[in-house]
Amino acid sequence: MIQTSALQFAYDSSGIDAFSFPDIDLPPKENLLILGPSGVGKTTFLHLLAGLIPPKTGDVFIADNCLNRLTRKQLDRFRGQHIGLIFQNTHFIRSLTLLENLILRERISVKKNDRYRREELLMHLGLSNLLNKKVYHLSEGQRQRLSIALGVVHKPKVILADEPTSNLDDANCEKVISLLKKEAEICKSNLVIITHDQRVKSHFKNHINL
Amino acid sequence: MLYLAYKNLVSKPLNTILSVLLLMISIALATFVLQIRSQLNRHLESNIKPFDMVVGAKGSPLQLVLSSVLHIDNPTGNISFEKARNLVRGRMVKEKIPVAYGDNYKGIRILGTTKRYLTVYSARINRGRLNEKPFEVVLGDQAAKKIGLQIGDTFVSSHGLAESGFETHDEKPFTVTGILKPSGTVVDHLIITTLESIWQVHEHEDDHSANEDEHEGTHEEEEEHKEVHGIHDGAKHGEEQADMPSIFTEDYKEEHNEGHGKHEEERHVDHDLHKEEKEITSVLVKFRNPVGALQRSRFINEETAMQAALPKFEIERLMKFLGVGFQTINIMAIVILLFAGLSIFINLVKTVRERKQELALLRTYGANTLQLMLLVFMEALFLSLIGFVLGWVFGRLGVLAFSKFSTNSYGYHFAFGTPDSNELFVFIIVILTTLLAAILASLSIFKLNVSKIITDA
Repeated sequence: MIQTSALQFAYDSSGIDAFSFPDIDLPPKENLLILGPSGVGKTTFLHLLAGLIPPKTGDVFIADNCLNRLTRKQLDRFRGQHIGLIFQNTHFIRSLTLLENLILRERISVKKNDRYRREELLMHLGLSNLLNKKVYHLSEGQRQRLSIALGVVHKPKVILADEPTSNLDDANCEKVISLLKKEAEICKSNLVIITHDQRVKSHFKNHINL
Repeated sequence: MLYLAYKNLVSKPLNTILSVLLLMISIALATFVLQIRSQLNRHLESNIKPFDMVVGAKGSPLQLVLSSVLHIDNPTGNISFEKARNLVRGRMVKEKIPVAYGDNYKGIRILGTTKRYLTVYSARINRGRLNEKPFEVVLGDQAAKKIGLQIGDTFVSSHGLAESGFETHDEKPFTVTGILKPSGTVVDHLIITTLESIWQVHEHEDDHSANEDEHEGTHEEEEEHKEVHGIHDGAKHGEEQADMPSIFTEDYKEEHNEGHGKHEEERHVDHDLHKEEKEITSVLVKFRNPVGALQRSRFINEETAMQAALPKFEIERLMKFLGVGFQTINIMAIVILLFAGLSIFINLVKTVRERKQELALLRTYGANTLQLMLLVFMEALFLSLIGFVLGWVFGRLGVLAFSKFSTNSYGYHFAFGTPDSNELFVFIIVILTTLLAAILASLSIFKLNVSKIITDA
């Protein structure tokens, strides 16, 4: 579950250009779509939820943990264990293969190596036959799916996706959305998607506009 | 994590190779010089240790030491056996060993000396027995391996100290009676015989030319043999009472009297003349008190036609000359090490900069700042370990190659030494340099703005 209260963020300490965000209260297993045009701070909101940046005021609670009360190290650890981030631009470790990227993620986040989970996930995402490919040899669609895999492989409590569909065509967009929903269901986690992509809107019953 | 560090290095082979190469060269140079210097020192020390002073013909004192003690240079010349032994008697003298050169066999020097020579170098017989009679020889361990002779084999020597087939003493073959155990000293590279053998080889030569038209030649030679045996026995007698101060003089007297008794006047004169001619290369002397060496050498150098050199002093001088060379190589090694450190540093800075996104990604995976720094450290340590190990191996290979060369030309063998404390010191310096480079390079990790990097990409 995710709760926020009176969240504000400012890039500089003067607070002139501060963003204010609506409070959200998302019960377990519920999904949320956050819509809005570019430049309203969608990504900032998502990074606040992930604890990547500290809010100027307000609190973020994830599974009853208040993120801004954790130390830097605890926060890193918490993020690794309970949050799965899926980015607009895909990020990987270039020197590793697809499989190695996944294993590395598991090692760092949850310090275990769940082979069954991994194989099942890769099968769902249609990546099973690409295990030993270097990531820079993958196509755009494959990268996006790998990005999803990296975001959910450790069964996080919260999946945060930043524009997961913006670079994809309609068919791939449909596929990615359904994959995300399915994985969220399997992991019993909250799925939060931020996007300006109106195609996604119809798939979610909860949405807010920024 | 370790695997990732490794993978990161492998994915940037050029940078990695450059850093490793620089480090390798630096380490190879440094360990090479350290090894050569320490082994050379050890060699020289064990070789000159038995003696405080060398008395030989006038010339360069260093040359005298190099030739008579270390057996690498040419001798300064010959001196009279007689006069030399008169100069080195007295209470202060603990040990005096005459050595005479003249010949070689396949480039190995044949050294005429007394049995004490082997004793002071604690050279022990391995197979066979010690040489007793003239023209019997024992072989040093390395010498035996090089010339490939066995006990009972005979050989004829060639004149001079350099290997050449021009002039051989065919009439007087030497017989191998024994082979010595390796002693780690100059003895290993010598053929040891008695002084008499050397004299006889060359006397024979003289006789040969002098008595060309005289049929009495052979007889005279036989007489000489007896005389020579006399000296030999005397020397042996002296050995048994090593405490007795002036062996040589007493031997001489004995001999002299013996000569008076045995020979008729004319032959005696004839003989005395011959004895005057008996020449040796030098006398190696050990004093009971090192101060004695100083006083005696000053006296010899000022008052006689001979010179006395102090091995310890001369070798220290030599090492001082060599030290400049070693120092230069050391400085080069340090400069290269600095460049290696710099290269590693640049490599790491580039890594951190280029991998900012990946490092940020690892943060979103839950890795903390410390772990990321550790990653950079591991990459750096990988580099320096590989560089050090390779450098060390190449340094050792260099020592072996050098050893081959020096064994051939100087009879100096350098072993594949185990890592020593100096190298540990070098290793620690390398690791510290690496860590410093890694710390400086990873400072920016503290300021990593994950949110911004992730969004900007």
